[in-house]
Amino acid sequence: MIRVELAKMFRRPRTYVIAGLLCALPLVVAIFLATTRIPPPPGQGGAFLSAVLSNGALYPAAAMALVMPIFLPVSVAVLAGDAVAGEASAGTLRYLLVRPVGRTRLLIAKLVSLVVFVLFAIGSVLVTSLVAGLTLFGGEPSAGVALPADVTSLSGVTISPAGLVLRLLGTVAYIVVSMIGVASIALLLSTFTDSALGAAMGALAVLVTSQVLVTLDAAAAVRPYLPTRYWLSWIDFFRDPVLWRDIERGAGIQLVFLVVLLGAAWANFMTRDVSN
Amino acid sequence: MIITRGLTKTYGRLAAVDGVDLEVREGDRYGLLGPNGSGKTTLLRMLLGLVFATRGEIEVLGLPVPRRVRDALPQIGALVEGPGAYPHLSGRTNLRLLDAAGPGGTRRDRATRIDEALERVGLAGIDRRPVRAYSLGMRQRLGLAAALLRRPRLLVLDEPTNGLDPRGIREIRDLLTELNTEGTTVFLSSHLLGEIEAFCTRVGVMDRGRLVLQDDLAELREPTGRVLVTGPQPDRVVSLLDGRVEDRDGDRLTVRHDDPAALNAQLVGAGIPVSEFTAERRTLEQVVLAATTGSADRVEAR
Repeated sequence: MIRVELAKMFRRPRTYVIAGLLCALPLVVAIFLATTRIPPPPGQGGAFLSAVLSNGALYPAAAMALVMPIFLPVSVAVLAGDAVAGEASAGTLRYLLVRPVGRTRLLIAKLVSLVVFVLFAIGSVLVTSLVAGLTLFGGEPSAGVALPADVTSLSGVTISPAGLVLRLLGTVAYIVVSMIGVASIALLLSTFTDSALGAAMGALAVLVTSQVLVTLDAAAAVRPYLPTRYWLSWIDFFRDPVLWRDIERGAGIQLVFLVVLLGAAWANFMTRDVSN
Repeated sequence: MIITRGLTKTYGRLAAVDGVDLEVREGDRYGLLGPNGSGKTTLLRMLLGLVFATRGEIEVLGLPVPRRVRDALPQIGALVEGPGAYPHLSGRTNLRLLDAAGPGGTRRDRATRIDEALERVGLAGIDRRPVRAYSLGMRQRLGLAAALLRRPRLLVLDEPTNGLDPRGIREIRDLLTELNTEGTTVFLSSHLLGEIEAFCTRVGVMDRGRLVLQDDLAELREPTGRVLVTGPQPDRVVSLLDGRVEDRDGDRLTVRHDDPAALNAQLVGAGIPVSEFTAERRTLEQVVLAATTGSADRVEAR
């Protein structure tokens, strides 16, 4: 079933459209930066953006910081919201279930294909942004990368290319975990409704609320438990030494959300009448 | 093949299916008849484990549903409330994905099985056009092909001829007859009397969630005790059978008589020419109208 889900995903043009849009945003930013050479002041604007002007090899990290807060979660929420509700409204859910495909197996296949989508999307963004960074800003990746001062507490620390790759891999893993958290919210809602849009909208409402509360001092008491609180903690991978505290907390919170929400999605889907 | 006992599904206070005792036997061509909204589709969904019953028991192919429905489903082909397919993929790709999604059958003979199923439903020549571009009838045929893919022992079909033209309906009926003679039990639902009358050997009638009637078609269409006699000399018939003629419409007489053979002999014995002679049977329509109360989609003023 997992193979079928993957085949379905990679046969849909929308998968490539979404990945293409995700790649386009960092490209547009890169073109503006490269033509004007006006860096955002340190501490403002996207992370790493002022640093990439001197070394294009760091641009994949900057690209992640650009797509992560809004664009990537939105696309994951849209696809995850469509996962069960879309099958229901297309009338294919009932035929899968009488084929028979177990309901648990179907949910797992949907989740796996979402993870593969996130990997595919992030991978495309990393590759295109690396190419864009090196061609537009120049840089010698084999010489190592100086960590930018606005991100690290120590300036002038140089990491080796292997180190950069490791840190990027850590980033990818962390972002995948965060996005599974988003996917599990949308997947849960997707098992409740036959409207894919409704499920995606609901998940986005949760994320936006969480983002607002993160910045609200009055909500400081609940802040550590919000799903988006540690979303950008992967930036700590680019400190030297790597600052693990927030990364661990962020991953832990996402895992808790994942277990609880997917458990609820499973329980609901197992006992639900499929009348569409 | 299918047995239900006291099967009930309630939505709030509304009983969509109410105490249904269904019995479909091996080799049957069972037609479930009833107006839209009488609970046919909900009943079918419960048999397939898609909708969970509020009360009652279901046994399909000897297995309890929904507990062991996954062991029964591989031997069942189903069409539930219209076909479902991914609109951006071709019909063949849709079947391939559906086939690969579940258990059973090897990858090697997948293409053969798909070709066979498409051939059977009259879609052997479909090209790579996406299902989006199919007509309603083509989608219906594709749905049937999906149901036939695993060569099932039992076919559960909800309105199988929906969207087909008269020739298409005939083709599908012939196909189902052929499958039935090969040993497949066919359980279909329809709101079209003619379709059920032409194909089924056994009939169940649903009305407002209840199974109000379930019997062999031949039993239901019992003789009415009347004989229709047509001939060039109706007056002679009337005088011979005075008192037994109930109705006269030109040359056509309705005669009350319990034994058509004796009546025929009597007419021949009297030398009365007869051009048409039929023992009247109840039509399925009369049976259904007698068993049901009113149209389910009628909304009366209160």
